[in-house]
Formats: sequence, structure tokens, C-alpha cells
Amino acid sequence: MDSTWQLLIDGLIILILIIGMWRFSSPERAASGNALAALGLLLALGVVWFSHTIQERALVVAAILAGAAAGGSVAWRVNMLQIPAMVAFQHGAGSLAACITSFVELTRDRVEWVAVSRISGILGLIVGAAAFSGSIVAGVKLAGLARQTPTVLPQHGRVHAALVASVAVCGGVAWCCAGSALLGVALLLVGLAILWGVVFAMRVGGADMPVLISFLNAATGLAAALCGVTIQNRLLIACGAFVAASGTVLTHAMCVAMNRHVFRVFTGTAAAPNAAPAAVTDVPPPVGTTGVPEKVIVIPGYGMALAHAQFEAAQLARRLQDLGREVRFAIHPIAGRMPGHMHVLLAEAEVDSDLLFDLPEINDQFAQTDLVLIVGACDVVNPAAIHAKGTPISGMPILAAHEARQVIVCNLEKTILLLGDAKATLGDLLARLDGST
Amino acid sequence: MRDLLLLTGVFAGSLAIGYLLIARVPVRLHTPLMSMTNAISAVTILGAVLLFAVDTTLAQKVCGALALALAAFNVVGGFAITDRMLRMFRRHHG
Repeated sequence: MDSTWQLLIDGLIILILIIGMWRFSSPERAASGNALAALGLLLALGVVWFSHTIQERALVVAAILAGAAAGGSVAWRVNMLQIPAMVAFQHGAGSLAACITSFVELTRDRVEWVAVSRISGILGLIVGAAAFSGSIVAGVKLAGLARQTPTVLPQHGRVHAALVASVAVCGGVAWCCAGSALLGVALLLVGLAILWGVVFAMRVGGADMPVLISFLNAATGLAAALCGVTIQNRLLIACGAFVAASGTVLTHAMCVAMNRHVFRVFTGTAAAPNAAPAAVTDVPPPVGTTGVPEKVIVIPGYGMALAHAQFEAAQLARRLQDLGREVRFAIHPIAGRMPGHMHVLLAEAEVDSDLLFDLPEINDQFAQTDLVLIVGACDVVNPAAIHAKGTPISGMPILAAHEARQVIVCNLEKTILLLGDAKATLGDLLARLDGST
Repeated sequence: MRDLLLLTGVFAGSLAIGYLLIARVPVRLHTPLMSMTNAISAVTILGAVLLFAVDTTLAQKVCGALALALAAFNVVGGFAITDRMLRMFRRHHG
């Protein structure tokens, strides 16, 4: 099997994938890059199909067609808000496939087991199973089937540590076992790793989701690469490593955007504080929009996605532009639920990409801005990130909306904005409360 | 041993090339990028097909078919959704 031809064909397929990823450096060329990558994988499948005597061909084709039909029909129906959940579920499917493949290969009676293959088989089993359950938890949260807030068990840190330890011990036992004993231990290992993934992912919530989903991307790639080492397949290793690299780069980018270490994101027990609803109704009306401002910056957030408000935001921007006003969109790297989420939503609403600016590009412009329109964003403009200590967002770079002349905040109806210094405002609330009892 | 070196080399090399390529991708393409690499990670479909290169027991057939369907779901869904997203980008960003 390891002929020169085989090496050349594998090299060609890897080259096609590299060119495909390279084309992602610009939006115009990315679509062809995606098509190239798909072609590369199709080619790889063809090579495997014709260079091996595959048995049960009808079953293989039927299974592939069933999965492809399901994947295709879901992909054509989801809207852009559901993309993060869709990606999470796909991560889950890919990881489970890697886990099952490693499992079958590992528990097969093989004479020529190389030590490295066995180790990576066991590791592939663990990473695949944990990434599977972690992705499903993330997907369930992102799809709105469960609350997006972090779920913290009593003694969460210890439960997690105990699970990691038992996975390690069980992995060690699997290394020593053979035959039918190995089958049992491997099943137990999968169960423990699935539990580990759940406990790991459930603690991450809301604004930290982009980090989790990037991290799971890397884990899925690692599971594929480990599966590749197990069956000694170069293509699996190369593709898995590409994906692992991509997930790692994105995880790092998200952590830099939040100015938090990845370890702190995943172990941080600080749940986002829930603000108590205010019981005051005699609030002055929203900022009077006297005349039309010259310079406007729109800051979108996950709330815009939830409300499908990107179309109205785009319409508003176009209308202002027709009036000869300057409109720009300022996008925080962690806005939304996955890296680049806002860009996709605004592209869906046909906003010109020249109007979109990232944090470093636009942050010194707010002081010269007449009006900032915040659409469903919260943490990314919260000055508490600068001033307050000990909150989950402390130290995170924010969009300096507070420097603009006027700010309009679009948020849920139940939100009541109390303008002014927080200390004085709370003091006022306290006085009202005392007065009413 | 030679094989092992080759496999390690492929892994390390791909990791490095992947890193260099991904670092060049602009922020606005991060969602399609993740969605495409997600589809690429379903390359395990090759491993699942290879499960059937030798004789299989019934349990192995069931496992293999499940892995194939899951990987196919991942690969087709991943590329299709990426394509949909990128079409939106191209339409108004060209």
C-alpha cells in the first residue's frame, strides 16, 4: 500500500487542501477555496474506495448517502443565527465518528500492533468521546434547548479533576489489556470520557461560547489526527492537524479578545452576575434624537442575532448613507456566539463589508462620533471591564462607545436604563424603597 | 520506525502549515473558516470506510455504518453551510 504512487496521490490531495485554505485569505476567493477542499476530500474518498477491496459496499454507500442527505438538508435550512449550534452539532458528529473508528480498530484482534498506534488509539477514543459530548452540550445550549448560562455542579472543580484522573487510570488499564478484557475497558473509557466532556462544557456559558466552540474545533481535529495515527493513514493525520491548528489559532484569538487565559475561561467559576430588575418606571424618555447625526457607529451584539434585527440595522445604515451621513459598524471579536458570527449576520443582511471595522481599527474614532447605536450588545461596551475588578469581563478590551457624544442602546423591553453614576443611582433606588415602605 | 518518523513529520508539518495559513485569514471569515475546517475534520470518513477493508463482525458493521453516516453528515453539512455563507459574502463584497 505504501507505494510511491500512494505517496504522490496523498501529497496531491494535501496540496489541494492547502490551496483551499490559502484561498480563505480573502472573501472573494474563499468560496472557491471551500469547493477545492471539498474536492480534495472527495478525491481522497475515491482513492480509498478504489485502492482497497472494500467489503459490504452496499452498506457503506447506503450509510454515506443517509448521512450526506441529512447533513445537506439541515445545512440548507438553518438560518444564520443557528450557525453556531449547527457547527457545534457537526463537531459532535465528526468527533463521534472518530471515536467509533478508533474504538473498532483498537478492539480488533491485530497481530502487528505498534505501540504508538495503540497509544494514539486510546487517546483518540478519549478525545473523540469527550469532544463529542462537549459539542452536544454546546450545541444544545446554542440552539436554545437549554439555558446558556453556566451550569455549575457542587464541587465542580473536584468532580472534574476526579473524572480526568479516572479517565487517565482507565486509559492506562486499557493499555495493559488485550482481547475481550480490552473491549470492556474501552467501553468504560468511552463512558467516562463522555461524562468528562459534559462536565467540562456545561460550566461554560453565554459570552464564553466562542472560546468553547473554537476549542472543540481543535479537539475534533486532534481526534481525527489520532485516529489517523492508529490506522497509519497520512491523510487523516494531515487533515486532523490542519483542523487542530485552526481551532487553536481561533481559541487563542478569542482569549486575546477577552484578555483572559484559556485556563481561566474553562475553570472560571465566576458566573455572570444577574442584574436584579429595577422597579422604577418614571424614567426619562430615551435620548432625544434632535436632528440627524453626522457620524454614526453601530455596535451589533448577540441580541441583534436573537432578534433577527440585522436586516433593520442594515436598512437604517443604508437610509443614513442616503442622507449623506457616515455610518460604520464596529465589531468586537467576541460579539456573538462564535468567531466572526456578526460578520456572517451582517453579510446576510447585505451590509457592505467596507463598513465593518474591528476593534483596533475603530476604537479611537468614538470620541469624534455623534451617535453610537448599540444593538443587543452588552459586555463588549461595558466600561466596567475597565474600571471594575473581579468581574468575568474585567480587563477585557471593549469598544469605547462611552466616548461618543450620544449613545442609543437597544435592549429587551424589560430593561430599564438608569442614567447617571451607578453609586448615586443605587442610592436613589434605596431612598425610594425606604420611602415606599 | 521509518513509518513512525514519517507520520510524526506529517503531523508536525501539517500543524505548522495550518497555523501559518489560518493566521492569515481575516476576522470576518472566521465563521466560514471554522465551518470549513469542521468539514475537513470529517476526513475520518476514510478511516470509517477502511474499517470495511477486512472481514467484519455484525457489531463492527453496525459501528462502521454509524461512523460513516456521522462523518458523511459532518462533511456534507460542513461544506454546504460554508458555501451558503460565502455566497452571501461574495454577493455584496465583490
